[in-house]
Amino acid sequence: MTVDSIKNGIVIDHITAHKGMKIYELLNLDRLNASVALIQNAPSRKNGRKDIIKIDTDFEVNTDILGFVDPNITVNVIREGKIVKKKTLELPERLKNVIKCKNPRCITCTEQEIDHIFTLADKENRIYRCLYCESAAK
Amino acid sequence: MRSLIDILELSTAELEELVATAEDIIADPQKYAHKCDGKKLATLFFEPSTRTRLSFEAAMYELGGNVLGFSEAQSSSTAKGESVADTAKTVSCYADIIAMRHPKEGAPLVASLNASVPVINAGDGGHNHPTQTLADLLTIHRKKGRFDNLTVGLCGDLKFGRTVHSLIAALSRYENVNFVLISPRELVLPNYIKESLKSKNITFTETTDLQAIMPDLDILYMTRVQRERFFNEEEYLRLKDSYILTPEKLYNAKTDLSILHPLPRVNEISVAIDSDPRACYFDQVLNGKYMRMALILKLLEVC
Repeated sequence: MTVDSIKNGIVIDHITAHKGMKIYELLNLDRLNASVALIQNAPSRKNGRKDIIKIDTDFEVNTDILGFVDPNITVNVIREGKIVKKKTLELPERLKNVIKCKNPRCITCTEQEIDHIFTLADKENRIYRCLYCESAAK
Repeated sequence: MRSLIDILELSTAELEELVATAEDIIADPQKYAHKCDGKKLATLFFEPSTRTRLSFEAAMYELGGNVLGFSEAQSSSTAKGESVADTAKTVSCYADIIAMRHPKEGAPLVASLNASVPVINAGDGGHNHPTQTLADLLTIHRKKGRFDNLTVGLCGDLKFGRTVHSLIAALSRYENVNFVLISPRELVLPNYIKESLKSKNITFTETTDLQAIMPDLDILYMTRVQRERFFNEEEYLRLKDSYILTPEKLYNAKTDLSILHPLPRVNEISVAIDSDPRACYFDQVLNGKYMRMALILKLLEVC
């Protein structure tokens, strides 16, 4: 399968296979007025299979979302057809409006206007806790 | 400007400073009688409470200040659909400091992020209750003279008992504090608190048998199984009488045991224990007022 290479934009590479669609949705790429390619199950030397997203425009990618969903991802910034920057990701310390608190007793479940904020409580086990009620993200 | 939402926002040095201020108030209340002249405390109680609200009000009056507020959500603008953030912004225009109780966890934090005056968390659902912890700590300090080298039994509802969570957090910063967690299996301490204790290498034991561990305890912190925390009435009825402390059950307890309870009690401590010198729960009530006075002074930067 061939997908045209892009001139100026972003390539989100090394996405764990089958997580591409989730990232596509979380980044709201369906709202973008540019060519976007989601490639699923592409062969990968590192992991066997991977997903890739190519975005054919300048796009401020939310690395918190990417780092939370899949910290193995690399983000390549393309200018004039060449990779000018390669970003590796880490688990973000703080997540804002990426996930929602599921605790029915939490104030964020009653008041819709409040930002859903989670902080990284345990890096090793990837546990995030709600800023307001301290419930673990599920 | 500073608020108090979680007990851990106070360093151990600040906790000890509050204890010292409270002790000074006890020794010479007249010295503090006009410290808050002209200041107003707003008590925003979205959930019923007698003790905590009256304690805050008494504390402010004894400092020479005034109090305004409400004691149930139905008499506030929340009944009209106002958000916590808007309530906090509005009340900041009327008062110098806010004490808020709310059934939803995190509501006082939301208030503190939006208020332009200090906010004190007076209890948020089953989450935190830092000023009760201040009362507990002053009581422990007055009875034991220390916060370290203690075996502390916590008994009853450890799952939803916010006072238990806050007290564990506060005491776990001191050396050689050993926690004994006594509860029915359905109401054990949440995992995240146990994880936190393990990560700090703090020893704790979990048991369902209060009698067996009684001789080890320096402090026994009893709690009520709270009806309002259950979605299921049957579950509440099944668990509410899990532990009832009677004089007979204290036969093997230490003579200098301190029995604490955040109150109100239902039946988990027999009235016959009230006259036992080891019963400290009414001292706690009084100590709570002194610590709230000390806290108001600190947050208003009065002294």
